[in-house]
Amino acid sequence: MEIEQQALSNPTGVETIEVSGSVALLEALIAEGTEVIFGYPGGAIMPIYDALYDYKEKLNHILVRHEQGGIHAGQGFARTSGKVGVVFATSGPGATNLVTGLADAMIDSTPLVCITGQVFAHLLGTDAFQETDVINITTPVTKWNYQITDATEIPEVLSKAFYIARSGRPGPVLIDITKNAQIQKFDYSGYTPCNHIRSYRPKPLIRNEYIEKAAALINQAKKPFVLWGQGVILGEAELEFKAFVEKSGIPSAWTILGAGAIPTDHPLNVGMLGMHGNYGPNVLTNECDVIIAIGMRFDDRVTGRLDKYAKQAKIIHLDIDPSEIDKNVQTTVPVWGDCKETLPALTALIQQKTYPEWLQKFRDFEQKEIEAVINDELHPASGELTMGEVISHLNELTHGEAIIVTDVGQHQMVACRYAKLNKTRSNVTSGGLGTMGFALPAAIGAKFGAPERTVVAVIGDGGFQMTLQELGTIMQSNIDVKILILNNRFLGMVRQWQELFNQHRYSFVDIESPDFVALAAAYRIKGKSISERGEISSSLKEMLEHKGSFLLEVMVTKENNVFPMVPQGCSVSEIRLK
Amino acid sequence: MSNQNNTEKPEAKQEFTITVYTENQIGLLNRIAIIFTRRKINIHSLNTSPSEIESIHRFNIVVQETEDVVRKLSRQIEKQVEVLKVYFNTNDDIIWQEMALYKVPTDIIAEKASVERLLRENGARAVVIRKDYTVFETTGHREETDALIRILQPFGLIEFVRSARVAIIKNSDGFNRKLREFEKAEPGEDVVENEYLNKGQRIFTM
Ligand SMILES: Cc1ncc(C[n+]2csc(CCOP(=O)(O)OP(=O)(O)O)c2C)c(N)n1
Ligand SMILES: [Mg+2]
Repeated sequence: MEIEQQALSNPTGVETIEVSGSVALLEALIAEGTEVIFGYPGGAIMPIYDALYDYKEKLNHILVRHEQGGIHAGQGFARTSGKVGVVFATSGPGATNLVTGLADAMIDSTPLVCITGQVFAHLLGTDAFQETDVINITTPVTKWNYQITDATEIPEVLSKAFYIARSGRPGPVLIDITKNAQIQKFDYSGYTPCNHIRSYRPKPLIRNEYIEKAAALINQAKKPFVLWGQGVILGEAELEFKAFVEKSGIPSAWTILGAGAIPTDHPLNVGMLGMHGNYGPNVLTNECDVIIAIGMRFDDRVTGRLDKYAKQAKIIHLDIDPSEIDKNVQTTVPVWGDCKETLPALTALIQQKTYPEWLQKFRDFEQKEIEAVINDELHPASGELTMGEVISHLNELTHGEAIIVTDVGQHQMVACRYAKLNKTRSNVTSGGLGTMGFALPAAIGAKFGAPERTVVAVIGDGGFQMTLQELGTIMQSNIDVKILILNNRFLGMVRQWQELFNQHRYSFVDIESPDFVALAAAYRIKGKSISERGEISSSLKEMLEHKGSFLLEVMVTKENNVFPMVPQGCSVSEIRLK
Repeated sequence: MSNQNNTEKPEAKQEFTITVYTENQIGLLNRIAIIFTRRKINIHSLNTSPSEIESIHRFNIVVQETEDVVRKLSRQIEKQVEVLKVYFNTNDDIIWQEMALYKVPTDIIAEKASVERLLRENGARAVVIRKDYTVFETTGHREETDALIRILQPFGLIEFVRSARVAIIKNSDGFNRKLREFEKAEPGEDVVENEYLNKGQRIFTM
């Protein structure tokens, strides 16, 4: 084995060495700089796990408790590190357990390479034990997928997989490897990374005439408005974006996946877009004269009713994915390209400006929102605890330096609205798919992606129960994640809709929970449950200062609603404060 | 100019032929098909064939949709890793043909001399003549192949089948030169051409 590995790490010569498909796979992962694999073994992937036995020093494999946990961990890792998350699962049920995570990664453009074992090639199509047509099941939820039936294909296919996952608009890739290919020996001549596929254009060529048109539109705008999304972060264009915003002087608002690309406190950051976003950004969408949309896709949760969305405005859309241009909102000037390149080109052509009156409008709306909503949410004088005040105390203790991972529901919207973020890659949430159960495993991966940072997973009592088995992973692999359960004893977000739109008819949203602290204790994780205002800050401090993982449950008021809110089917300017 | 969020006047649906140049890859047909089925759009005709270039496949897909929807579909198809290029055209932009086969009882046909003439008028020819049945073939547009069904129905049409549409874009230079561009690491303008810059041309392209 020693000798074999030496030869493998020197792929320059023409000499080849005989290795198994499994070894070639692991060599590919090493060559791609894989730091951690989240996986779960099984019959059809056993040869790979057997090879992994000899690679324990080189590849860190984390045994999860469920493949969905594995893939969400891969997503968390990708989101905080900017690298490709790697996930292993066996055939059949192992592979189907990945589907939710693939769909989530697909819609949120998260780079992943998932490896699934498959039955022997000669058994394909025979309903063999644990055979599932994984390629067909996962086609709609992968950027690319491929089944390997011959070991000689492994190096090239893996290099394509990584290239496709991370380039252009990133996304999940699934490689299904039949068991015979994992075992098969072949003459291996090293690993060559892929940087070109003739049928695949990750980046469109930048068209200067459109940059010029966009700049002209911006330069003559009276009330321009920037909407930014995750594209800024995926394109690693935070600095370019900041330079653009600061020179242009344009008020800028974010989608939840774009949060943190510039700090919460930045004077031109006017807040969150969308259904539970801030008051000003929603209302003023229908008052601005030019929208500059950067790396965002006009999701319906952001636009509300489309035929009443920014009808007065001209739209400049910067996106790397041509299929996003005009998909939902008709663009005036399309700027196809990588925003890392298009933004500086645009910045160079725009005038240095400020829009004091226009910006003040946002601040005036903010003041109204503070008075009508935010004060009561963040600083309630009496009554039961609110989710907002917990996040507010958390901000004071982390100073905006922590990574906030959220699950899905009211607590997610509250955390996204109020969490202070100083740095990019600090907000990990399931935006497009809204996958309950995302946060706990994603937090595990987030910690691997940014080991030096504090990771706080904000989770509802409902969502926590969807993937709480990953407490076992946290226990076994000693992962330092802070688990903050905001327990309202309801499937709160659904309850809110039932209250507002279904006349208080609470249909199956009343959810009971186990003793979460005792549950944590069973996994040897320290925990605490609080319900008093005076305990919030000290308990959060205890959680943050504790060495290792910690579960803090905060009992919050049961029937609080998240406001503002753009009710479904309404225009963004019909946003409700109560 | 104000933007129109696609909501004012609903565009009329019409027949579009989508031409897709692809790598020859297992599973790609499914990847392309689900882009239609996901939006609950019926594919009227689908043909896969080799192209003028070895190793490059060509799909012809016919749908009845608005131009706006067809453009979105085409972009989502072109986004697939193994798709090189997508064009969509109205019937005016293309030369297209469909082939049809008709099985009719030979005795009836032989009896009625008029059938012979009808077939000739419709450009049909006999592919097989047996004692029990005769198979005719005709190639043309939908209306022509449809017309012959109606004509043969009274003579005891036993079986009918029509092929998918194959289409050639009138205003196209083929794919050879483009492919060479695709093979370069830094492809030229041609490959990333977009419809905004090609407004003057008759071909809509991504
Ligand atoms: C897997 C999954 N199932 C169902 C839903 C629908 N859903 C959205 S929010 C929500 C309630 C979440 O409850 P909880 O986790 O307690 O969070 P809360 O809203 O109370 O903060 C539900 C059921 C979902 N988003 N994901
Ligand atoms: Mg709840």
